[in-house]
Amino acid sequence: MKIKWTFWKFVFVALLAAGFYSTIVRFTQGLGRSTNLSDQFPWGIWIGFDVLCGVMLAAGGFTLTAAVHILNIKRLRPIVRPTILTAFLGYVLVCAALMFDLGKPYNIWHPLIMRNPHSVMFEVAYCVMLYTTVLSLEFSPIVLERFNLQKPLKIIHAALIPLVILGVLLSTLHQSSLGTLYLIMPEKLCPFWYSPLLPVFFFISAIAVGLAMTIFESSMSAKHFGQQLELPILQELGRVLAVVLGVYGVLRFEDLLHRGVLKQLFVPGYEMYLFWLEIALSLVLPLLLLSQKKIRNDSQGLYLVSVLVVLGFITNRLNVSITGLESSAGLRYTPKWTEIAVTGAIIATGFALFGAAAKYLPIFPAAEPPPFSETHVAEVAPVRSHAGD
Amino acid sequence: MSKALLYDATLCIDCKQCEKACADENHLPYDDATAAESIQSDHKFTVVLAKNDKYMRRLCMNCNDPACVSVCPVAALRKTDAGPVTYDADRCMGCRYCMAACPFGVPKYEWNKLAPRIRKCTLCSNRVQQGKATACAEICPTGATKFGDRDELLAEAQKRIRDNPQNYVNHIYGVNEVGGTSVLLLSSVPFEHFGYRSDMPRDPLPLFTYRVLSRIPDFVPLGGIMLGGVWWITHRREEVAAAEGGHPRKAQDERRKP
Repeated sequence: MKIKWTFWKFVFVALLAAGFYSTIVRFTQGLGRSTNLSDQFPWGIWIGFDVLCGVMLAAGGFTLTAAVHILNIKRLRPIVRPTILTAFLGYVLVCAALMFDLGKPYNIWHPLIMRNPHSVMFEVAYCVMLYTTVLSLEFSPIVLERFNLQKPLKIIHAALIPLVILGVLLSTLHQSSLGTLYLIMPEKLCPFWYSPLLPVFFFISAIAVGLAMTIFESSMSAKHFGQQLELPILQELGRVLAVVLGVYGVLRFEDLLHRGVLKQLFVPGYEMYLFWLEIALSLVLPLLLLSQKKIRNDSQGLYLVSVLVVLGFITNRLNVSITGLESSAGLRYTPKWTEIAVTGAIIATGFALFGAAAKYLPIFPAAEPPPFSETHVAEVAPVRSHAGD
Repeated sequence: MSKALLYDATLCIDCKQCEKACADENHLPYDDATAAESIQSDHKFTVVLAKNDKYMRRLCMNCNDPACVSVCPVAALRKTDAGPVTYDADRCMGCRYCMAACPFGVPKYEWNKLAPRIRKCTLCSNRVQQGKATACAEICPTGATKFGDRDELLAEAQKRIRDNPQNYVNHIYGVNEVGGTSVLLLSSVPFEHFGYRSDMPRDPLPLFTYRVLSRIPDFVPLGGIMLGGVWWITHRREEVAAAEGGHPRKAQDERRKP
């Protein structure tokens, strides 16, 4: 046990060191030296992975708050906090990654006063800013509870439902907007991925990944913190995941059919292999596994499914943002090691922060899940306090 | 009246004086090495391409409804009424969405600078503002590059094809491509030979994103009301169930409320 801990410590320090060196190269010598980006290929993994995948992996935050607070599915309450924590960290790290990718990061505040509402990027910028604020407010009760600050807690609880609604709206908007970003490139993006439905695909897959990440986190926290969700909750998440994947899969292939791309999908080539890799990981394998009752009802089986779904949709985002654009750019983009090092350090920081938060803050339910809105409910409507139990 | 350039490749003699004039106008160095470069870059905004004694210029097309202008989150890029698409480096935060979005791959980046700018031809917006022709059109010794009102240049291009159909491919590049551009091209060989794509959408590209973006103002209040409604229903249902189940007195209290 002790050796393992040292190993991960070593990996963590190595990732941070490489990231630190790359950060210095990035900010002293510019993007040219620190990346393999070029005039032909202006967006690399800092956009394709850190931003697109980062936002996608944070989707559990809005999916779960909507399920628990709006749809009133109380069984899922124990996982709200870990998913809000993940979402909050995810967004903070996305912002950090943007500071690396922007050519002039010190101008990142410009969209606040220099507006172009016709720009998808403008909308994404506003949604990310506002949603990060909403997430920090949704996250704040955890910190406030830790230090037993009752007054601000009351205020947050009173504003919780409007906050959740705002969060769901903002997430819906910009999860889909990350797909809308690519709608302006009909002549550049490979038809396997270019579709007028890109915003819809990005949104539905974000929900799937949100569910998968919740299952994944539960298993991870079981290993490292001895905390895990009850099996019935995981099974329920698995069933919803199967439905969401089914809807996504049908839409995806109907779209390919109607655009007349179906035949091209079987012509061997670079794009074809990566397309089928994506489909296998994100749709075929998870749905096959979930169709087995044995796997669907087993926590290990569900863990495997969640890993596949997450990897599958990471492949999807990278295909949209990188693979699909390489042919029209006339080159193959491979990230420079410094690009990968920055991404690696950001991921490592995310894990470390999650671990620290899980250790020092009341993230996982101890014995009884801390009801989110009990004080609020008790004060506003006495009847509801019974309903809430 | 919107200004434009008409480039007639059949009149071009590959003297590259337009390249030199462009570099001077934009305070860029220009020597033999630069002249030999055949791609647009952060230090070369226009190039004359040569293939089998056929020539073609490449420069920013200064689209009528430019993708770069529509995607720029801080409005650093702008389409002026006179025609040029201008760039304000002070507003730019370096997201490079313009580069990703441009159908012609025009905007270039100063990758090795710490405060990098987007660089591209701006149809000599300063000169155009003063009522002058662009530097490249002014210097052109054969009239291959001609500056003027877009409507008049278009009529002239049509006339040239009509008068000498054997000299030209029957297409004026830039009339309909991505909704039209402020640079019009004539050529005796297909434009694809020089990397101009023939499969460009006729619609301006900003339409593709605007169709989605324009729905947002409607979506927000609608979505908010719907989510609020669902919240109300799910919680109300529970209240009723609880009240009817084990707490009749509380249910009565509830009913008495206005």
